[in-house]
Amino acid sequence: MVNFVAQIGRVVLAFLEEIGRLSLFTKNAMFAGMLPPFYLRQVFDQLVRIGYNSLPVVGLTAFFTGGVLALQIYIGGSRFNAESVVPSIVSLAITRELGPVLAGLMVAGRVAAAIAAELGTMRVTEQIDALTTLSTNPYRYLVMPRLMAAVITLPILVLIGDIIGVMGSYIVATTSLGFNSGAFIRNMVDFLEVRDVVSGLIKAGVFGFIIALMGCYHGFNSRGGAQGVGRATTNAVVSAAILILAANYALTNILFSE
Amino acid sequence: MAEQPHIELEDVRKSFGPKHVLNGINLAVDRGHSLVVIGGSGTGKSVMLKCILGLLEPDSGSITIGGKSEVALKGAEPDQLMRRFGMLFQGAALFDSIPVWENVAFGLIQGQKMERTEARDIAFAKLGQVGLTAEVGELYPAELSGGMQKRVGLARAIAADPEIIFFDEPTTGLDPIMADVINDLIVSCVKQLGATTVSITHDMASARKIADDIAMIYKGEIIWQGAADTIDESDNDHVDQFIHGRADGPIQMDVLRP
Ligand SMILES: Nc1ncnc2c1ncn2[C@@H]1O[C@H](COP(=O)(O)OP(=O)(O)O)[C@@H](O)[C@H]1O
Ligand SMILES: [Mg+2]
Repeated sequence: MVNFVAQIGRVVLAFLEEIGRLSLFTKNAMFAGMLPPFYLRQVFDQLVRIGYNSLPVVGLTAFFTGGVLALQIYIGGSRFNAESVVPSIVSLAITRELGPVLAGLMVAGRVAAAIAAELGTMRVTEQIDALTTLSTNPYRYLVMPRLMAAVITLPILVLIGDIIGVMGSYIVATTSLGFNSGAFIRNMVDFLEVRDVVSGLIKAGVFGFIIALMGCYHGFNSRGGAQGVGRATTNAVVSAAILILAANYALTNILFSE
Repeated sequence: MAEQPHIELEDVRKSFGPKHVLNGINLAVDRGHSLVVIGGSGTGKSVMLKCILGLLEPDSGSITIGGKSEVALKGAEPDQLMRRFGMLFQGAALFDSIPVWENVAFGLIQGQKMERTEARDIAFAKLGQVGLTAEVGELYPAELSGGMQKRVGLARAIAADPEIIFFDEPTTGLDPIMADVINDLIVSCVKQLGATTVSITHDMASARKIADDIAMIYKGEIIWQGAADTIDESDNDHVDQFIHGRADGPIQMDVLRP
């Protein structure tokens, strides 16, 4: 019994320690990143790597999700003779929830892993120490550009994903569910509000921050050679995914509380 | 009164969790002198260097550079302090995403905001100093052999004309001839700059070649220090065992004997 309690105590302590370390890391990154010099070349590099290179993944995910939503909602709706809700429900679901969350999760798999592996390798080969000895703050040079790029690009990716997702549902609805093209668009435009889209984009910005932060944090703290870098990569993806889902719940509560 | 030492460590201690790595290091290096610290693997040599460089924070004790406390120097102007240091890392720690010449010029371009063209000229001059051609400057670090990477690391360490240079096992992992080439380069580069140097190694041939003074670290303490040419008459069992490379003696490795 005592053993069991001690075990729980240890887990709780380790958890609190991790939160403390993460807070310190975030503080360091923000403080250092706010001061010049700004490494615009690095930011641009990361915009391409995080944003542009994620387009295919996000686009394909959105397209198929939009299509499958149209099918399912049509089937569900037909049980109440309410097939006409397909356009409005699909667009609501995509812009509010599935667009940002699925894009966030897909980009977490791609980008958090890549960042953690790159920075982790730089850590274990002492390249991060070398930066410091060359009068370059590694938080400013490595972390801030990735945070900025992710926060900027995720909303753009999600907006593009929203459009592609709706297109996917439009194609399915008009080709195999017998929808009239004009009616589909009119129904969707009538029901969709600006804040549905904007709330999704706000979520996307937060998810971008989480993705880059988890990648950088686990990469910076990796040690112990190749195995350590592998562990950092896994931890970065898993923690980013969980934090995205938790943050999504919290944000939905905040954004849609009347 | 004699001139103040350029670098002075007093009772420096550092632990990682329960593991005591440095147990009160006392060390002084005079301006323009070359100190080599010898000692077995895992005795805390790299940790000691990183404490002097400010990459790790000692738990207690004081480190002074030119008579001024390092903590104060670092608090006031961290980048200025780093500009006085150069460091050659054990694995060279070259940045693998940029070409060799940019590695050498990194501290000048990113740290000191020098014009790229000017920094490039200096980089190629420094590469010439370590015996590398202009073609090598255009390659990427991964395309170089271990010995060439070390030489690039050396060129990067001296690129900003530092007043203090640290060498972490500069010859480890190289063949004896390349090791001697590196030793010669270290001696000539240091002489040209008039820099103070601290090197760590377990290669006695290298130590004899580059040292004015030698100190031996054992279990996180300096157990002997003296002029390089007196090491054979140290009257210290630990030193004798180390320089003659004997398994039997006061230093016991954790090896199971059959
Ligand atoms: N950042 C760190 N965290 C935990 N332990 C460390 C860290 N850096 C070094 N150590 C431990 O300190 C000891 C001394 O390491 P080091 O100074 O690298 O040895 P060496 O004399 O071979 O250079 C080793 O046992 C190592 O495991
Ligand atoms: Mg070492």
